[in-house]
Amino acid sequence: MSMLSLERVTKRYRVGAFGGRELTAVRDATFAVKAGEVVSLIGESGSGKTTLGRMVLRLASVSGGHIRFDGTDVSRLKGRKLAGYYKHVQGVFQDPFSTYNPIFKADRVLHTIRPTFFPEVSAAEWRKRIDTALESVRLDPRQVIDKYPHQLSGGQLQRMLIARALLLDIKLLVADEIISMLDASTRIDVLNLLADLKERGLGILFITHDLSLGHYISDRAVILRRGVVVEMGTTDKVFGNPRHPYTRTLLSSVPQMHHKWTRADIARTIDGSCAIHDGGACAGEPQLVEVDDDHLVGCAAH
Amino acid sequence: MSLRVDNLKVYYRTLRGDVKALDGATFTVADGEIMGLAGESGSGKSTLGKSLIRLDTRMRLVEGGVELDGKPLPIGDQDAMNAYRFKAVSLIPQYAMSALNPTRKIGKMISELLGARGVKYSEIKPELERRLDLVGLKREVLNNYPIELSGGMKQRMVLVLSTLLNPSLLIADEVTSALDVSTQRAVAETLVEFRDREFVKSMIVVTHDISLVYQIADTIMVMYAGKLAEKAPADVVVNAPRHPYTQLLISSLPEVGVRYADRKLAGIPGSPPGLLNPPAGCRFRDRCPLAFARCVEEPPFVEVDKNHHVACWKAQ
Amino acid sequence: MSDLARAAGEETAPSAGGEVVSAPAVPLATGPVAAAAPGARRTRDALHFALRNKKVVGGGIVVLAFLALGLIAPLFYDYGHSEYVGPQSSGPSGEYWFGTTTFGQDVFLQFVHGIRSTFLVGLLGGGLAALIGMTIGFVAGYIGGLVDEALNMLTNIVLVLPALAVLIILHTYIGITSVPSQALFIGIFSWPWVARAVRAQTFSLRTRDFVDLARLSGMGSGAIIRREIAPNMSSYLFMTFILLFGGSVLFAATLDFIGLGPTGVMSLGLMMNNAVHWSALQLGLWWWFLPPGLGITAIVGALYIMNVGLDEVFNPKLREM
Ligand SMILES: Nc1ncnc2c1ncn2[C@@H]1O[C@H](COP(=O)(O)OP(=O)(O)OP(=O)(O)O)[C@@H](O)[C@H]1O
Ligand SMILES: Nc1ncnc2c1ncn2[C@@H]1O[C@H](COP(=O)(O)OP(=O)(O)O)[C@@H](O)[C@H]1O
Ligand code: SF4
Ligand SMILES: [Mg+2]
Ligand SMILES: [Mg+2]
Ligand SMILES: [Zn+2]
Repeated sequence: MSMLSLERVTKRYRVGAFGGRELTAVRDATFAVKAGEVVSLIGESGSGKTTLGRMVLRLASVSGGHIRFDGTDVSRLKGRKLAGYYKHVQGVFQDPFSTYNPIFKADRVLHTIRPTFFPEVSAAEWRKRIDTALESVRLDPRQVIDKYPHQLSGGQLQRMLIARALLLDIKLLVADEIISMLDASTRIDVLNLLADLKERGLGILFITHDLSLGHYISDRAVILRRGVVVEMGTTDKVFGNPRHPYTRTLLSSVPQMHHKWTRADIARTIDGSCAIHDGGACAGEPQLVEVDDDHLVGCAAH
Repeated sequence: MSLRVDNLKVYYRTLRGDVKALDGATFTVADGEIMGLAGESGSGKSTLGKSLIRLDTRMRLVEGGVELDGKPLPIGDQDAMNAYRFKAVSLIPQYAMSALNPTRKIGKMISELLGARGVKYSEIKPELERRLDLVGLKREVLNNYPIELSGGMKQRMVLVLSTLLNPSLLIADEVTSALDVSTQRAVAETLVEFRDREFVKSMIVVTHDISLVYQIADTIMVMYAGKLAEKAPADVVVNAPRHPYTQLLISSLPEVGVRYADRKLAGIPGSPPGLLNPPAGCRFRDRCPLAFARCVEEPPFVEVDKNHHVACWKAQ
Repeated sequence: MSDLARAAGEETAPSAGGEVVSAPAVPLATGPVAAAAPGARRTRDALHFALRNKKVVGGGIVVLAFLALGLIAPLFYDYGHSEYVGPQSSGPSGEYWFGTTTFGQDVFLQFVHGIRSTFLVGLLGGGLAALIGMTIGFVAGYIGGLVDEALNMLTNIVLVLPALAVLIILHTYIGITSVPSQALFIGIFSWPWVARAVRAQTFSLRTRDFVDLARLSGMGSGAIIRREIAPNMSSYLFMTFILLFGGSVLFAATLDFIGLGPTGVMSLGLMMNNAVHWSALQLGLWWWFLPPGLGITAIVGALYIMNVGLDEVFNPKLREM
């Protein structure tokens, strides 16, 4: 059974003067994340990735649909119950320097969770747990404890946030573009760390606009375009046999290290054929259709 | 030879002393060359780019000189540089998209900018419109406000604008990093097109993303901690790099096709040295798996092969 | 120079963290240093600059000197400030440093008592206004939405209420008899601008990721405001309090001067009121009205100068490099 499942999750924002207009940032998103699985959520900027991640983390309210975690509907939890949810579900965000309050020492983020989640654990015992957690994200406690955020590198900060999640009884991690602000040479370490965690049974919702990163780490991929899921399935199928024209455009534009862009890959994408309505009229229905085992595609009109 | 930079050192003044952000760079960019400039955050890429255009109040030219088209470029003299900016050298700064004045229509902004350079807007307008057509922007964008343009449109607009007077050299600092892959590709290809049409003679394209710059650049130069590490034709840097840093960097980049399950990539342990008091000798020494006794001396940036410069004792 | 000019290679000097409160959300061309620097170093730098800032140090000395005078000097007198102790209308002398009033009261003693109530009204009135303004500002800015709109309306109402007229009416009905009750009224009327400023700052801080992280730690709104947002604005809140303090002192002086002050308590405003009432000006008793006027000017002036100095300390843009 899936650990996290989204059912027609929708987010509408009120925008414009007096909130007069409505903007649908995410529409009818339906997918799931299993334990020990990395699901990449891929899409260009503004496609609604962050909004989806924030709804799963309940930092944004859910306008429609349901989010279930281990079978319970969490989309409208409040107060204590919500805190209980946070014991199992945590997030790491894009900008490490904004995730830490600049005026406090960085390791404060490891201490603030104790009073809420583990009031019974003594401070000394907690410090021991912190050391263990830091070591499991390959940070040397002596190097990172008692430092201000600006004294640590982006990679160290992101790892410390992952350590924070590990201190809890974490089952699902929402990672929103967590390595896009890191340097090439440290990116891969954080990515490998996520992969290790997944092997220990953690579910990860990996949000990215970088297809190479998504491909490297994930088991399944969800392609989001203007708030709508246009294609999803196992990574092999989505990347190896993309069926939606949008996925193809994305893939052909990815710069590759040992292969230069050619006109041919453009030509491949101009073929906007619909996987559902072969040559027929595309009405743009929102439903995804299963074109292969665990490979769903939406109508090309989306 | 379009651009020749000779032992350029530019430091930032701070309360705690000089940050040696660019510490002796010597290289050339040929006519018609697009040079990619890569390196980690803080390695001095933007500092190098800015030095060729305008030193801000905190930057200090310590040593070195720059020649453009055979004539010295007075980079230390801000007033004298005025005659060159925009006409001979143009820079698209990092975050240029958000730097567009949101309260001015684009056409108005352009005319003001040209006015300040003593160029009549009406004279240049036909050429401006031709170039807008070329990059696929409607002429109406001149009547739009910057916020009405998408990221890719803004970036193309800035590109057209900064090359309007056909400068010899264009420095593009991270012009594609905020864009999605498909828009990124369109903008990158526009850069090449501008070079091919000789709107600019040569370009320095600053980026984190080696696989992107590999698509469009003739040569790639890699910086590490304020120094040049390697410069070579793009294919050579990607396929046969000689500097250990470049080698590790290239091998740590995931590409579509590489899966964690099949091949686990490795990063470079450690982090770059601070530039306030950088260590003597090779600055990559702490992280370099090949470091040996001699590396306490600073390796010179020398040509080890035709057009292939490396600063590493092991590569010589 | 237009921003487009920057885009075309006309790079201006980098705009270092312009906000008082936080590093810029988008680090401009200054690179990682500007993005990451503030923090501990900021506090240390602030102290470093504060102790070297002539305005802060000078203003602070003046304020502290007056405070010490007001606290200590009255202890040396065995008579009260309204007792008729000396010759009438005599000028400054060795015995009565600031001379005496038409009735033979000691002007110096009145002056130091006046300083006491001036500081009291500044602390209480400023403190209350700070408390109300900050609470409303934090709540409106953090929660937003309807709560924000309601609080905004309340702020606007108080802002347009003619405070003086209301006070006159209240005074005639209730009577403002003590310094604390005067401070209460002043506090109730001087918070709106604080609420607005704090709301705006909170608004920009609450979108930072560290607030989200605090929510993921199970912290409630109150805790987040107290433990994450307010500490980030401490320098700003401190300056706000200084301004409120000065404002309350002036407000109280005005009230005392027009006869709406507390009874039985000496204040600098009341001294001026008495001096004018008994024609000290026409009689040439300059020692009666000059000290209170100069005292208020000096205290408030020193506070404002300190505030300007603090602005320079906390705002890197104004720091001289
Ligand atoms: N205004 C400044 N004052 C002091 N130091 C600075 C300033 N701007 C940059 N630096 C320092 O100079 C060095 C080089 O910075 P630069 O902006 O050139 O890096 P970069 O390679 O362009 O990085 P990025 O990839 O993040 O844009 C860094 O160590 C940086 O911290
Ligand atoms: N707080 C908000 N208020 C209004 N619109 C928003 C808000 N947050 C996001 N949006 C809009 O929702 C859409 C999706 O945004 P986001 O989820 O941030 O995309 P991504 O993370 O994929 O870049 C965008 O059009 C964005 O402008
Ligand atoms: S000079 Fe030495 S330390 Fe530097 S890169 Fe070469 S081998 Fe490594
Ligand atoms: Mg996002
Ligand atoms: Mg840069
Ligand atoms: Zn269809």
